[in-house]
Amino acid sequence: MSKNTKIIVALILVCVVMTVIPFVISSGSKFGGADDAAGAIVEELSPGYEPWAAPILETILGGELPGETESLLFCLQAAIGSGILFYCFGFLVARKKYLKEG
Amino acid sequence: MRKKEKNLFIALLGFALIFSKIPTVNAMHIMEGYLQPGYCVAWGVLCIPFLALGIIKINKVVGEHRKTLLILAMVGAYTFVLSSLKFPSVTGSSSHPTGTGLGAMIFGPNVMAVIGIIVLLFQAILLAHGGLTTLGANTFSMAIAGPIVSFGIYKLGTKLKWNRKVTVFLAASLGNLFTYCVTSVQLGIAHPSVTEGIGGAIGEFLGIFALTQIPLAIIEGLLTVAVFIGLEVYAKPELSEIGFLKEAK
Repeated sequence: MSKNTKIIVALILVCVVMTVIPFVISSGSKFGGADDAAGAIVEELSPGYEPWAAPILETILGGELPGETESLLFCLQAAIGSGILFYCFGFLVARKKYLKEG
Repeated sequence: MRKKEKNLFIALLGFALIFSKIPTVNAMHIMEGYLQPGYCVAWGVLCIPFLALGIIKINKVVGEHRKTLLILAMVGAYTFVLSSLKFPSVTGSSSHPTGTGLGAMIFGPNVMAVIGIIVLLFQAILLAHGGLTTLGANTFSMAIAGPIVSFGIYKLGTKLKWNRKVTVFLAASLGNLFTYCVTSVQLGIAHPSVTEGIGGAIGEFLGIFALTQIPLAIIEGLLTVAVFIGLEVYAKPELSEIGFLKEAK
């Protein structure tokens, strides 16, 4: 492995570890499922404040977006992003490789 | 340098641990309807000049350096990926990185205003995350204020000849952290505490948003360094064309 590859692998490993740490430290937490939790602080600071708009999709659907559909859309966002990102990386890596050979 | 980085990591982690018992909060963008109309308009208007500059810059990039469009697509895609990844944090709630630091370093902060607002629109419309009424405020924090900090730190580090990877790490992670500091200020101004006023409210929001974000800022910093290494190795021609690599060496 080249030095750069080693660094990148190490960086990603640290990220994985950092993602696991919270589960060890705050093991009882729910990790922010409830959407109205942030609103709770607003409620505490300005009692009686009513959000004056609802998310557009919820207005159209007439209710909350199903959890599974929401994760589908989040996956879609990540998939589109990483698709483009790594397509480009693939192009760049191949270019460097074949320019060197040719 | 490496030792310094390690010390920073330990210090930040310790800081986060102390506050690990903070109640669970969904610490991300400002939700739909949670800012009064006046503030929504004000933050939105504040974004317009930055967006205009960004569009001009993107046009310039497209017109003069067609080759670098590829890199522009990559930094946009990076923002897309990172802002969809919700990581758990030591405070017991989840939040996501912004991913705007990378592009800010390469193309300047204004370009990220445009890319950021696209991502935020996607999330506001399809994911009920953030919101259309709070789009201006969220754009200002994530796509303008954060990138400006990243860009500034990157320029400073380059000028002072800091280690390149450390510079990128600091720029990406502090830009991320600053985004959520701005979010706290925006919420604090809109919902001042009855007893302690705006300052007290900002403090309360900071205690939640900023603390949750510290580990995520570190993760974003590390990931950005990884992508950065890849770009420097494989995209040399493009990066030199926009004068990005020249100034670094």
